[in-house]
Amino acid sequence: MPLNRRPLLGALLALPLALTACAGGGDGEQPFEAEAGALQIYSSQHRNVTQAWAEEFTRSTGIETQIREGQDSSMGHMIVEEGESSPADVFLTENSPAMTVVERAGLLAPVAEETRGQLREGTAPSSGLWTAIAARSTVLVYNTDLISEEELPASLMDLADPEWAGRWGAAPGGADFQAIVAGMLADRGEAETRTWLEALAENAEVYQNNIATMKAVSAGEVPVGIMYHYYWYRDQAGEKESSASTALHYFGNQDPGAFVSLSAGGVLASSDMSDEAQQFLAYVTGPEGQKVLVDSGSMEYAVGAGVESDPALPPLDELEAPPVDPFTLNSDEVLTLMTDAGIL
Amino acid sequence: MPASSRTRSASRAQGVAPHGVVRARGVAPHGVVRAPGVVRVRGVALAAAAVAALTVLPLLVVLADAISAGGAGAAEYLLRPRVAELLGHTGMLVAVTVPATVVVGTLAAWLVERTDLPWAGLWRALLLAPLAVPAFVSAYAWATVAPWLTGFAGAALVTTLAYYPFVFLPVAAMLRALDPADEEVARSLGLSPAAVVARTVLPRLRPALSGGALLVALHLLAEYGVLEMMRFQTFTTAIMQRYAVGFSDSSGSLLASVLLALCLLTLTLEVAAQGRRRVARVGSGAQHPAPQLPLGVWKAPAALVLTAVVGLSLVVPVATVTRWLVSAVADGEVGGDLLRVTSNTLVLALLGGVAAVVAALPGAWLLNRHRSALTLLLERATYLASALPGVVVGLALVTLAVNWARPVYQTVWLAVLAYAILFLPRAMVSLRAGLAAAPPELSEAARSLGLRGPATLARVVLPLMGPSVLTGFVLVALAISTELTATLLLAPTGTDTLALAFWRETGELDYAAAAPYAAAMIVLSVPLTMLLRRHLLEER
Repeated sequence: MPLNRRPLLGALLALPLALTACAGGGDGEQPFEAEAGALQIYSSQHRNVTQAWAEEFTRSTGIETQIREGQDSSMGHMIVEEGESSPADVFLTENSPAMTVVERAGLLAPVAEETRGQLREGTAPSSGLWTAIAARSTVLVYNTDLISEEELPASLMDLADPEWAGRWGAAPGGADFQAIVAGMLADRGEAETRTWLEALAENAEVYQNNIATMKAVSAGEVPVGIMYHYYWYRDQAGEKESSASTALHYFGNQDPGAFVSLSAGGVLASSDMSDEAQQFLAYVTGPEGQKVLVDSGSMEYAVGAGVESDPALPPLDELEAPPVDPFTLNSDEVLTLMTDAGIL
Repeated sequence: MPASSRTRSASRAQGVAPHGVVRARGVAPHGVVRAPGVVRVRGVALAAAAVAALTVLPLLVVLADAISAGGAGAAEYLLRPRVAELLGHTGMLVAVTVPATVVVGTLAAWLVERTDLPWAGLWRALLLAPLAVPAFVSAYAWATVAPWLTGFAGAALVTTLAYYPFVFLPVAAMLRALDPADEEVARSLGLSPAAVVARTVLPRLRPALSGGALLVALHLLAEYGVLEMMRFQTFTTAIMQRYAVGFSDSSGSLLASVLLALCLLTLTLEVAAQGRRRVARVGSGAQHPAPQLPLGVWKAPAALVLTAVVGLSLVVPVATVTRWLVSAVADGEVGGDLLRVTSNTLVLALLGGVAAVVAALPGAWLLNRHRSALTLLLERATYLASALPGVVVGLALVTLAVNWARPVYQTVWLAVLAYAILFLPRAMVSLRAGLAAAPPELSEAARSLGLRGPATLARVVLPLMGPSVLTGFVLVALAISTELTATLLLAPTGTDTLALAFWRETGELDYAAAAPYAAAMIVLSVPLTMLLRRHLLEER
């Protein structure tokens, strides 16, 4: 037995080497080495979008790029831990708070003037240290079998009413949701936000993320849920596994429920390729880069001035988002309020 | 079945060390035979201490960060109803899943090894097969098949189905290896069948049961993917959430410190549960297979129970993944990077598996041969990090590497170190079982016959330990191929793995695109799982 077992084991152990050899020959990528001289892009944006940006950028400028993927949170923390010696040249996020973490650590370089000029109004911070690269809108997803359009709440704030107890879902643990609460805090003040959060802790079904919320609404666990718009459009464009019996309700009317959150892009002050990094950010926010975003099927909103988003989406300008300056959002206070309410 | 290496070496050694047989009957305390080379022991102890120190390093970063919160702030943060709620959830999950895996694993092992249930070999393979299915793939399948099954019930069900092989494997191996002679003696002395089991079999099963239960408990403390999908919040999901908030306050570390305390509690309980009895014996004696208990009318119900276990733990995920895969192929979505991602995963699993086994060796050896309060402490220390979520260990290693070990940062070696730290317990549990099967008397005998230390290791200890070394390697490699968050932080830029790709695609709601990665993880794990089965359960 031990003798005839060896070939099997040998084959098992040889397999990775053989596979590595094939893979290495295939596309010339070195899986376990950072490429010297390539622009290092740290990204928590959707992979297909970032990759399309990087490839097109390399094609038009000849500047090599390498993407390091992560999640908003841990990636922001990681860059702060790396500090001055971070290999990162560019950082792209899904939500702006992760960028704020890096900004507060003093690690960002100012974004070039022309780049900021390419964006829609209100999508580059007054600090000038980063810009939006995409946007997503808050929506109410509802189960069309369980609730009619007339019965839907007029405002996000209404969900705190006792009549909604146990009838709505949300994912308050995620960075997405906290941006929404930050918007509410800026718009409605501390007392109202606190009451709303306490009602959430009491009344809402808590889900782990937007997708889980949408699935639960589609499955009829709760009639309505709070999430970002693009999950729904993507699911509808695909197999509709998680949104079959749902529709979207936009609060509009400058309601806290119409909050628009920004994905952010910034250049690291420690970058040793800062010219190339600035070029990349200019490309991403420029007409070509924004078109790549729209064509990627991510269903996020383009933020470049004059760039149309996917035609399936209601236009960004017609969402009637609340007049909140996304760069003055007090995320620390949101965290305190949510902790006090027993949500975190 | 030809004689295995174990039986052959053991009987060869038996000829030269007849005194061993006398001592071998079960109850000789550890350490009666002291190794002569004090220097050698010191060397091993030093190596074990170095490994323990390395595994404790990330914990120190976490604790230092937690302490920075200050006593008053920490107390205020931790004495909240929310923390009590998380504690309740975590405790509830451990309290239900650990006993459930012990019952399912032991019952299945007993049915397969000790009864006349037909097709035992097939059952054995099927019952082990869930090891090849990553727990979060299983959770995803359940979320698709039974979307209503969420919260505590879903979490307990999926973790039980995914983790019971951790108990089944050592218990079945032990049941096979146990000499039924003890049971026969006990019966001949007038004990009832139940008393025979309670007084001869169960005590011998204790290390296997408690070791398996420990692995399950540690996994539960650190589990993230399954609980996220089942939307059941525990300390680990709360820690992940805290890190997801994106602010560098110390609350994540405070929560992680509570998790460490829970882990310490688990480890202490396991020491008590493990008992101190010796399991090894020297020589095969007149060993023969244990008689198979006739099931009679219970045959059909027993088969039904096993069918249910296999159906729920294996058929549901495999059928769901197959369904996705078919639709992926139909959509032409099976990407060309599958091969590259698979090879990355294999290389990481291979390197990490070897690292963990090598790191576990000194500690396991010391614990088996020179058990003392100190060695026990060293061993327990190596278990601590494994109860932390990968992201916590990952970020701590980023901090350490950036500040003190810059050259290894963003190289494959830092990821390998993280894997060794996170999965050391898997290697440790297997190696200890292996060393228990290689009693010190055999080494003594070899030395008395003039073999030197290394030769003894090569010719006596390693052949006996081979299967357990391989088991440890396979268990670690399986874990690495499904690790998410530490890999994300520590693997070199541009390295993609199957688990990362699967998680990313499911996060994007693209079930079809996720399927090839899930299928690859399963296909990759099948030969490893088969290897486990052959080594542990077909050795006779």
